[in-house]
Amino acid sequence: MPPPGPRDVFARPRDTLRTILRVLGCFRPHGWRLVLVALGLGLGTFSNVYGTYLLKPVFNDHILPLMGQPDPDMSGLVRILLVMGGVYLAGGAGLYAYRVLMIRVSTGILLQLRREMFARLQNLPIPFFDRRTHGQTMSRFTNDVDAMREMLGHGLPEFVHSTLRMLGVFAMMLVLSPVLTLLAVAMLGFMAWLVRFLARRSSFYFKGRQGALGALNGCIEEMVEGQKVVRVFNHQPIVRRRFEELNEEVRRNDAGAWTFGSILMPLMGNLSHVLFAVTAALGGILAVRSTLDLGTLAAFLQYTRNFSMPVTHLSQQFNSIMSALAGAERIFDLLDEPEEQDSGTITLVDVTRDGDGRLVESPVRTGLWAWRIPGDSPEGRPELRLLEGDVRFEEVSFSYDQRTPVLRGISLFARPGQKIALVGSTGAGKTTITNLLNRFYEIDQGEITYDGIPLARIRKSDLRRSLGMVLQDTHLFTGTVRENLRYGRLEATDEEVEQAACLANADGFIRHLPQGYETELSADGVNLSQGQRQLLAIARAAVADPPVLILDEATSSIDTRTEALIEKGMDRLMRGRTVFVIAHRLSTVRHSDAILVLEHGQILERGDHEALLALEGRYHKLYTGVFELE
Amino acid sequence: MLKTLAPSLAGYRFVSWMASVTIAFEVLFEVTIPWLMADILDRGIAEGDLPFILQRGGWMLGMAALSMACGGLSARLAALGGTGFARGLRTALFDRVQGFSFATLDRFTTGSLLTRLTTDVTNTQNAFQIVIRMLVRAVVMLVAATLMAVYINPDLAGVFVVAIPVLAGCLTALALLAYPRFREMLRRLDLMNARVQENLVGLRVVRSYVREEFEKEQFFQAAGGVREWQARAEGVVAVEAPISSLVLSGTLVAVLWFGGNLVVQGWMLPGELVSFVSYIGQILISLMMLSFAFIGLVISKASVNRIMEILEQPVEALEAPPARSRPEASAIGPETLADGSLEFEHVDFSYSGNPRNLTLADLHFRIESGQVLGLVGGTGSGKTTLVQLIPRLYEVMAGTIRVGGRDVREVSLEDLRDAVAMVLQKNVLFSGTIAENLRWGSPEATLEEIGKACRIAQAHDFIMGFPEGYDTDLGQGGVNLSGGQKQRLCLARALLKKPRILILDDSTSAVDMATDARIRAALQRELQGMTVVVIAQRIASVREADAILVLDEGRVVGFGNHEELHASCPVYREACDSQHLGEI
Repeated sequence: MPPPGPRDVFARPRDTLRTILRVLGCFRPHGWRLVLVALGLGLGTFSNVYGTYLLKPVFNDHILPLMGQPDPDMSGLVRILLVMGGVYLAGGAGLYAYRVLMIRVSTGILLQLRREMFARLQNLPIPFFDRRTHGQTMSRFTNDVDAMREMLGHGLPEFVHSTLRMLGVFAMMLVLSPVLTLLAVAMLGFMAWLVRFLARRSSFYFKGRQGALGALNGCIEEMVEGQKVVRVFNHQPIVRRRFEELNEEVRRNDAGAWTFGSILMPLMGNLSHVLFAVTAALGGILAVRSTLDLGTLAAFLQYTRNFSMPVTHLSQQFNSIMSALAGAERIFDLLDEPEEQDSGTITLVDVTRDGDGRLVESPVRTGLWAWRIPGDSPEGRPELRLLEGDVRFEEVSFSYDQRTPVLRGISLFARPGQKIALVGSTGAGKTTITNLLNRFYEIDQGEITYDGIPLARIRKSDLRRSLGMVLQDTHLFTGTVRENLRYGRLEATDEEVEQAACLANADGFIRHLPQGYETELSADGVNLSQGQRQLLAIARAAVADPPVLILDEATSSIDTRTEALIEKGMDRLMRGRTVFVIAHRLSTVRHSDAILVLEHGQILERGDHEALLALEGRYHKLYTGVFELE
Repeated sequence: MLKTLAPSLAGYRFVSWMASVTIAFEVLFEVTIPWLMADILDRGIAEGDLPFILQRGGWMLGMAALSMACGGLSARLAALGGTGFARGLRTALFDRVQGFSFATLDRFTTGSLLTRLTTDVTNTQNAFQIVIRMLVRAVVMLVAATLMAVYINPDLAGVFVVAIPVLAGCLTALALLAYPRFREMLRRLDLMNARVQENLVGLRVVRSYVREEFEKEQFFQAAGGVREWQARAEGVVAVEAPISSLVLSGTLVAVLWFGGNLVVQGWMLPGELVSFVSYIGQILISLMMLSFAFIGLVISKASVNRIMEILEQPVEALEAPPARSRPEASAIGPETLADGSLEFEHVDFSYSGNPRNLTLADLHFRIESGQVLGLVGGTGSGKTTLVQLIPRLYEVMAGTIRVGGRDVREVSLEDLRDAVAMVLQKNVLFSGTIAENLRWGSPEATLEEIGKACRIAQAHDFIMGFPEGYDTDLGQGGVNLSGGQKQRLCLARALLKKPRILILDDSTSAVDMATDARIRAALQRELQGMTVVVIAQRIASVREADAILVLDEGRVVGFGNHEELHASCPVYREACDSQHLGEI
């Protein structure tokens, strides 16, 4: 029967051989198990084939000659049946061992692949994720790994098993009767041709079905999403007519696909009956002419029953194996993506001042940080430079796609402790500036320095540890409120977490949640409002307690009370730190040390609130409401 | 369950039955083959009767051909029946979803509805195919092959009295053992994938807090758990094949021993014994097929349940499919409502239906036909909920809403919704051209009418800016338009309905202030006599309204014009002040 599913069953790998070799390479760590797997499989197949062969001596030597004897000696039959039983038992054991070991191997390979993929995701550069949807990346973990699972756990072993068995049966058939074998081979050839023919016909319908299903899905999605519009425009009958058209299209193709998919079994099964019949008749004729005995015919007839089975199996497995290989190739592509490069050597360390006021490294958190700059030579003493939060952009240019420039020669500076507001319309480049500062993206031209150190010389993880981010789309993780806040700093104690929440003005509402700090945030847990999520994100940054902050104010409409809470929380968080804030609220902008008005990737105006108003330029227009920001 | 699903089979009931009947015949023809073969061995070969051998061989070929014909026919019929059933199911689900009240619909996400209409239908279709073909085949085969065995030699058939229960017992036990393990594995797999999804969405948070190692550790743990349970679940299934083949071969050995004795003693012919061996295979394979069928049914059970959940959900009388066709309805539609006056009389509403958790409480106000009503209030104050009650997207809990002097519950839904146009907060355009989308409002609208509506909505100019103008194709969801452009199209679409009441739910939020002002001016100029209800974040947008309603936590805290409210309503004043100062 056709395996209906969302996967593209007709996908083919670009380079089949290379992918197969690489899949085989995945088996390497399981070497000794594989040997046992092969042994078990061989034993199982051999026993099965040989057991059937024993029918010949059973009949020829231990039943037929004894017929009509007055006092038959049945001990021979007992012996050979015991042998037969033993052979089958060994076969069963072999088959079992092979299956169990294979499960360990296949699940082990899947585990390894999943781990490698996830680890790779953690190290890929951000632009990688811009180039594709999350759905596409997720599909590597779901569809492609599932296809691999089916192939490793089912398709590949069955393939090997079927092939081995066919070869074994073929060999035994040759031993029993070359003439009858010729007949069987001819039939096999015909079956193979038929399978190919049917497969080609059915793939036509399968492809049609895939397309029709896609269209139907699109229609359903659109209608469900837009259901309110459909209703207020009284459009149900028209929508239904369209749906029915697509529905019928799916049915038509589906019926074709199912017909060709499920006709295979009865055709193959009954062709093997035809083979059985012809073999029986021809065998009978040969037997009458005394060139064949009854036992041989009995065994041979038994073989014809399972000679054709592998053909059906193979034909069914072929498509799923090929599409699984295509999935495997996509997985390998992901694993081959180049990782984020980091040539930075300067690290961030906790420091204290000794008696002379000199900086010394401290093993515990002191609230004072320094950059540890390794000496020029390996033996050279590392220099410690206090982290102050002095950030400068010199003539920085950048584009996301190497074509359309997003920032053009931006220069700006933030002195330690200053609050810099970035103002401008969507697409002006505000977020890009912060994305360059934490090195999510690499600049094309110019230089960014941090406490006088070129950004590229600082190790990325240390750079990011020194920057706190509160983003507009606050992302929280499944888990308790406390776990989410502790994400800022894993070693933070419960008291520290709660203190940070107080600072961010989040403590109040958290305590009103059903389980307070232990409330689960998840699909079926508590649903927080956008404003509350924002408060948690601020608290999370407060737990991290970084010297430099990047804030992206929320634009979405938040009720005035929560907004006041957020504003206060942000204000307290910003105290004493260098802050870059992408501002949407006037109050934030007004209290900044410097305001940068950005337009089309350039800084249009710079100054504090009064100075910019006096300028009567763009900022003035924004402020008086002639232009709108978002 | 059958009662709910059966109607979906309408039109395909006969082919489905015939699929079962033909597959039964396939089996019946098939089981005669070994028996005919026994004749060849016992009479043909034993007596050297060549014509007899050829004759029986011909019989066998005939049987095989008949069996093949029945089998092929059954495959085709089952394909027709199964896919027809699936089609019927999809239609039933779709109708049901369209018939849901929004109170019901809100409980399902788009994704979950989509899964039900696609994957779950496919799984149910598979289950259906399993029942009409696999199950019938397995049962008929089991019975027929057993009967043949009994017919050939009743004493020897006694072996099956032991073999069948043993294998059936083993298979059942395995299925029972495997089921909870697979369920646990799938649960863990879902959790693990949810982790990946979360990691992707929260990518920037992970990176900025340098939590890559932490995330990896968590994932490795989840992945390890998945592997463990997968191995456990599949470990149980791995026993199945060896056990089946052991029972099969055990039976074979027993049959050869007892049968061998019978043959030697002359109670049975050797050919009969050979054919008996064939029946062993058929009987035990049919048992395994039964177990596969049951596993298949168990797997699809969850899907069937999810579909049943939708089909058994009551369609509220409110949303019963419109009886009349649309053009007819629009011809008499708005005329049934005298004018566009709007009146709320002590209206209570709750999404959960719980009187202690009201979203709107005791709303009481009236505006005259042709007036403009502004709605103001914070997030969650109930503005959107209020306007959705007017075209009865939701049903009031207590109190009455009157449009044109008539209780909305007394007007047919079609007439009511023809008279009330609504531009929603979330803009939805559908695949098709711009003109096609606009004609949702009025199927017969001429290009002039469309152009006029678009000019009012300030959409005409940008539409003409596209190379294909009104024939520009919008992708699904109208992706190639900006937010403001989409909003203007949605407005034009609503205007084309020429409604008595136009509801604008924050529907120009993405339009810049100057255009917004032009839209308001055009509306005022061109559409005298139409009642307009406006929800706005900017006080400026509702300042000029005839009346402004201030909502706070579902209650009316102020009603009047701008000056009155500014003087008397603290919530309104606060909002004015904060907007004056707090927003650029």
